[in-house]
Amino acid sequence: MPEPQPYDPAIAGTGAGGAMDLAISEGSSLDGGPGGLPKDPSEKARSLWSDALRDLRRNPVFIISGLIILFLLIISLWPSLITSGNPLKADLSKAQQGSSPGHPFGYDPQGRDVYTRVVYGTRTSVTVGVCATLGVAIVGSFLGALAGFFGGWWDSILSRISDIFFGIPVVLGGLVFLSVVTGSTVWPVIGFMILLGWPQIARIARGSVITVKQNDFVQAARALGASNSRMMLRHVAPNAVAPVIVVATIALGTYISLEATLSYLGVGLKEPAVSWGIDISAASNYMRNAPHMVLYPAGALALTVLAFIMLGDAVRDALDPKLR
Amino acid sequence: MLLEVRDLHVEFHTRDGVAKAVNGVNYSVAEGETLAVLGESGSGKSVTAQAVMGILDMPPGKISSGEILFKDQDLLKLKGEERRKIRGQEMAMIFQDALSSLNPVLSVGEQIGELFTVHRGMSRKDAKAKAVELMDRVRIPAAKERVGQYPHQFSGGMRQRIMIAMALALEPSLIIADEPTTALDVTVQAQVMDLLAELQRELNMGLILITHDLGVVADVADKIAVMYAGRIVETSPVHEIYKAPAHPYTKGLLQSIPRLDQKGQELYAIKGLPPNLLRIPPGCAFNPRCPMAQDVCRTDVPPLAQVSETRQSACHFWKETLDAR
Repeated sequence: MPEPQPYDPAIAGTGAGGAMDLAISEGSSLDGGPGGLPKDPSEKARSLWSDALRDLRRNPVFIISGLIILFLLIISLWPSLITSGNPLKADLSKAQQGSSPGHPFGYDPQGRDVYTRVVYGTRTSVTVGVCATLGVAIVGSFLGALAGFFGGWWDSILSRISDIFFGIPVVLGGLVFLSVVTGSTVWPVIGFMILLGWPQIARIARGSVITVKQNDFVQAARALGASNSRMMLRHVAPNAVAPVIVVATIALGTYISLEATLSYLGVGLKEPAVSWGIDISAASNYMRNAPHMVLYPAGALALTVLAFIMLGDAVRDALDPKLR
Repeated sequence: MLLEVRDLHVEFHTRDGVAKAVNGVNYSVAEGETLAVLGESGSGKSVTAQAVMGILDMPPGKISSGEILFKDQDLLKLKGEERRKIRGQEMAMIFQDALSSLNPVLSVGEQIGELFTVHRGMSRKDAKAKAVELMDRVRIPAAKERVGQYPHQFSGGMRQRIMIAMALALEPSLIIADEPTTALDVTVQAQVMDLLAELQRELNMGLILITHDLGVVADVADKIAVMYAGRIVETSPVHEIYKAPAHPYTKGLLQSIPRLDQKGQELYAIKGLPPNLLRIPPGCAFNPRCPMAQDVCRTDVPPLAQVSETRQSACHFWKETLDAR
């Protein structure tokens, strides 16, 4: 039996002390967790973006689609890395022939190497996809953000204009708009996509900006003397940009397939440009006898669109955890 | 006088009609003085503060008449850009919920430092050093290490300290604190209030403390203005009002504080609801809820009567209220 000890507050304190200290030193107040002092002082500050990046790196969908897209980007920049052929060199004597050594995908109706044309077609698709998306994102988020931030008549006018553009069927619009354009560059196609595509992003950006604008921190920034442009650029835009990025990434795949669609219909890119859409169109008449001429460019198209849509999905999961 | 609000009227134009949020408010704050503005939700205390700061959303809000004299200059006559320069430098505001009042994508250091880059034209590096200095000043431990962290990594009390640091950054002469401790734990509330009061004394600032917590008021305020339905119903030095309220509404508020000696008894509550600002009752706005209401209360708006040299009450029966305690 140990001797009964006199009450010693110093000892008695140690039992409940931990809890008491918690309540008193409010650096680690009741909510605990990350709110208190960092357990490890070297713990890195985490922002939404670094969180998202960490999420992405662990997501197999992102890794797979990312690798495919990286590959596509590289071969669209340097197609000669994986092919030594010339996509325009035609040898009619070999027209429609199947695969042979050195020409794994065979020949198209004009006797051109399908493999080389598929590789070179990547450049067109990626250029159209990336440029159209960038253009749409810039124009759309700029106009949408202005509408959301300032509201009033500017918002009303812009919303009605975007409604009008929403009403134009894309393919019909493309047939009308692009049929008057001659030349075989990608720029009229990109321009058309930006013209019809910006309202989609503008709507997203407008809604997002309106949501963010109502946050107290925007009001707080105003109370501390921030100007409109500073509030917009420093406080609203960084908090509103995530949905725009998500929609734009998914839209990138759509623009690539839209380019192929328009080229297939004969109003997008025109010969001698190299495009999967043109090749699919030219080969579709020979589908029964020589399906390889359709399948390879169509497969490349499908893979590319899929990769971008998967990337968009992964980005959405990372930036908007609520959707999971 | 540092700030004088004179006969301020603010309306909100809504689909259902005109909501009269502020109906002729007068108050003043001197350097180094703390004015507590007390009232329920919807009494117009925050709207008055927003009008003073110039951050009222217009539309739908509209300042229909009145003057806001800050250092003898009518703020309502200033242009937007001149007004903006006053915000942050000359007057600043502390908000209720520090988590939503801080930008989640910027580190706290960037947000505090922003004031110096915007208003003082400092380089980002100097601004960051200033931010650390301020975080030390509001007693955030390990300020140097934490300056790069984001708001969600701080506790509620620490976040409110950051808000205070931002408000005090440029040493303004007037601070408006809109329920600065409402979102905090009770233990933390006292610390934050003490800090605020201490810094206020140090910098000799005027402080407008908007609150519905009578407990907070007693410790820090010099004088109290009680608001009801967009009107000031009683003003008084802080201690006199606790001893003897001169308005039935103030009396009701004081009675509804739980007290230790009332253990086991039912807690008093003012019956009824605050008035709909679209249809403020005629006469005294408090008359439907007032235990002392007479016929005159339903017809005549009581003027703000001088109770003593330092006290005013907008009640027809302030004498009776004072005596009836």
